[in-house]
Amino acid sequence: MINPGTLLQTLAQVIRDNADELTDLDQAIGDGDHGVNMRRGFDAVAEMADELNALDPGSALQKAGMTLVMKVGGASGPLYGSLLMTGGKSLGSDPGVNDMAAALRSGIDAVCRRGKAEPGDKTMLDVLLPVSKTLEACVANGDDPAVTLAAVRQAGSQGLESTRDMLARKGRASFLGERSIGHLDPGARSAQLIIEAVCQALGAKP
Amino acid sequence: MTDNHSSNVGIVIVSHSPLVARGAADMVHQMVGESVPLAWCGGNGAGGLGTDVAGIHEGIEKAWSTRGVAVLVDLGGAEMNTEMAIELLEASRRPMVTICNAAIVEGAVMAATEASIGSDLPTVVSAAEDAI
Repeated sequence: MINPGTLLQTLAQVIRDNADELTDLDQAIGDGDHGVNMRRGFDAVAEMADELNALDPGSALQKAGMTLVMKVGGASGPLYGSLLMTGGKSLGSDPGVNDMAAALRSGIDAVCRRGKAEPGDKTMLDVLLPVSKTLEACVANGDDPAVTLAAVRQAGSQGLESTRDMLARKGRASFLGERSIGHLDPGARSAQLIIEAVCQALGAKP
Repeated sequence: MTDNHSSNVGIVIVSHSPLVARGAADMVHQMVGESVPLAWCGGNGAGGLGTDVAGIHEGIEKAWSTRGVAVLVDLGGAEMNTEMAIELLEASRRPMVTICNAAIVEGAVMAATEASIGSDLPTVVSAAEDAI
């Protein structure tokens, strides 16, 4: 199993590398703080890597989620925080792919409750939901890990691209109405970056 | 900070901007003086615009009243972070805190005015929500 703290450190690096792009996307249709906020939150999580590595994966995600809630300062804190805290709760100490699929589903349910958003609202859910459905389908099929990871990554990329033509119904982007069409959603982009990085890490495992 | 046994509902003002939160609180204070437990918080805790769960939690404790607390927020992140702060309270206290679906400045002034005459939490929240 990958050490949870090390995985979260990798995610923090990905957020850091792409923070400017997240901010640019958010400046187009939001308030321009998504990159800065995500970076602050994930940097705080990365600083706890040693402590998180000493925990089982479920507990580590819960702790990281709480740190995001306390540090991010914008809506993405409670949203990603809820994803990790609730997902972590059902992940358990020695998760297999079934547990990961179930944990992702329960984490996403928490994000839906927290953000009161639905599919098609031009949010992170438009990446997370297709990813979750694809993962569940692969698990049901008994697909091998490489096939599953490739399918999940593709679902994430397609989900992200699907937000381009959506009309934003949540957050500040919703104030723009029709003008939000034609832009990728910044939260969907950060979600896709995270899914991509997690798949890469899981695929690279010996 | 939790033994504020004011007989009036408390008010907490949460804005992305500390200047907005403080300014709204100044207006409230001028209207109702010390008769209403009042707290404000703004900024992300790192000096920038945003809202801070720990700061909001502290604000709720500071304005705590046995009659309950009404919270005024500005934009989405403030609302979600306030929900998280409420969840940090013991379960028995959570139902005594309500987020108002109201404009922050007008709502805070109307809520505080209603609170200052001893109204209960639902009435204070309605006053804020009917402000515009």
